[in-house]
Amino acid sequence: MKITSDQVKKVSKLANLPLTENQVEQYSDQLSKILEYIDQLNRVNTSGIFPIYNVSQKKNTLRQDEVSTSLTQKEVLQNTSRKMNGQFVTKGVFEEK
Amino acid sequence: MSDITQLTLKKTVDGIKNKDFSEKELNEAFFKKIESQNSKLNIFLSQKINTTGIPVAIKDIIITKDIPTTAGSKILENFIPPYNATVIEKLIENGVSVIGKTNCDEFAMGSSGENSAYGPTLNPWDITKVPGGSSSGSAAAVAADLCVFSLGTDTGGSIRQPASLSGVVGLKPSYGRVSRYGSIAMASSLDQIGPFTKCVEDARLVLEWISGGDKYDSNCKNEKFLSSKKLTNLKNIKIGVPKEYFGKGLDEGVKKVINSALKKMEDLGAEIVEVSLPNTKYAVAVYYIIMSSEVSSNLARFDGIRYGKDRDKFGAEVKRRIMLGTFSLASGYYDAYFTKAAKVRNLIKQDFDRVFQKINVIVGPVSPTVAWNLGDKVNDPLKMYLSDAYTIPASLAGIPGLSVPCGFSEGLPVGLQILGKQFDEDIVLAVGEVYESYTSWKEEKPKI
Repeated sequence: MKITSDQVKKVSKLANLPLTENQVEQYSDQLSKILEYIDQLNRVNTSGIFPIYNVSQKKNTLRQDEVSTSLTQKEVLQNTSRKMNGQFVTKGVFEEK
Repeated sequence: MSDITQLTLKKTVDGIKNKDFSEKELNEAFFKKIESQNSKLNIFLSQKINTTGIPVAIKDIIITKDIPTTAGSKILENFIPPYNATVIEKLIENGVSVIGKTNCDEFAMGSSGENSAYGPTLNPWDITKVPGGSSSGSAAAVAADLCVFSLGTDTGGSIRQPASLSGVVGLKPSYGRVSRYGSIAMASSLDQIGPFTKCVEDARLVLEWISGGDKYDSNCKNEKFLSSKKLTNLKNIKIGVPKEYFGKGLDEGVKKVINSALKKMEDLGAEIVEVSLPNTKYAVAVYYIIMSSEVSSNLARFDGIRYGKDRDKFGAEVKRRIMLGTFSLASGYYDAYFTKAAKVRNLIKQDFDRVFQKINVIVGPVSPTVAWNLGDKVNDPLKMYLSDAYTIPASLAGIPGLSVPCGFSEGLPVGLQILGKQFDEDIVLAVGEVYESYTSWKEEKPKI
């Protein structure tokens, strides 16, 4: 399958991944080649075969919802470059600030 | 006492117990060796000076409290983890201490170590060659005796392949054997942590230490790995040799070395039978859809808010995989790519299930070639991906795999891959240990 520059731009937006024009060209070419290789999977007959997403053979693992000690606020914030009043600073949801 | 940095883990533990040397002397010996060798090989991204504990090197994708952890990426350049991965806690309980964090492909994405944002690690056997990847530094650190053992992660071959190319023992445990908590997630349905060691016995010991349940990883089996099998020969062992691992693409020199290892195993009593894993040829295609889809989801956490820099700091290969994964999960393509790949994954697993009804282990090459020249495959991602064709199927099926040194081709090490049923590391290690004990490859050391 061929992936166009426009598709690359759309996917980069979905992935929140800033790309330069050069990279868009490059990825369009490289991803097309990789997808062309992957398209061989269409030759495999998978009717009646169920998909495997996890081989651990476990179903949902449940636990009691109990309060326990965790990282301190200081530890949680130690790696951020943007904090205010002991909290993370994020982009505005309704406005860019 | 000769060079104590060359001792196996078992002999190091005994040496301390018998007071042949102190933990302080041991740590000083490794510190000196790292000082003299690291600048040549670019193995360690950060170091810690210890006076106690058995020195271990840890792939820089496994987080270590108060020791910088970069995952080989500029995005985590200044990241200091506030807690330890579960495997680190378990090692500490067993008297092990971290002496350094090792270089790796960025977020474990690569087969040569060249995708690290901090420059490639060089192969101790020949510094013009790659050491394999993505756990490049952890493999090279054991090969160059810069640690007693090391930990890496294996998603599609990232322990077994660098172990093969660097001439050390590498074990990828079964999926669900070792807690992944604190291993920066790449592809959650495939990632496993495992050891690089100087002999098979050491890999068994480390697995005993790091395995077992963890409330932070629900996929992890509760029972610890406890070995009960030791063999003195290979009588009554049935070895399956998959014909698909010996086809086009396998280097003639590597093939010769693997065939003589199989002959040796036959001489030791094993019955060798040819088996077929017909869906092997689809494994790389399946892997690149499933892995990249999980990558695109896992790496969404790097938003520059809680830790790390902005997403433009990701390197080219990381971006490529996020793009591929986002594409295959996107509406309109999900069934054609992601679901289809997950179905073919089932067929690959069924191949193994069927074959393991008749045999004890599968044996074949780890890598189709020996270590290649630095720079050789960097501009051709697909060519780089295909170098993992023999390690990826076991990852997709969640089964354990061991790489044991089995000779040299063109003066470079070749690894023998031994695969077993899920959670049957015991037989894999036992067979590997018998082979190792009747050969002398582990005595060979690189001349750095």
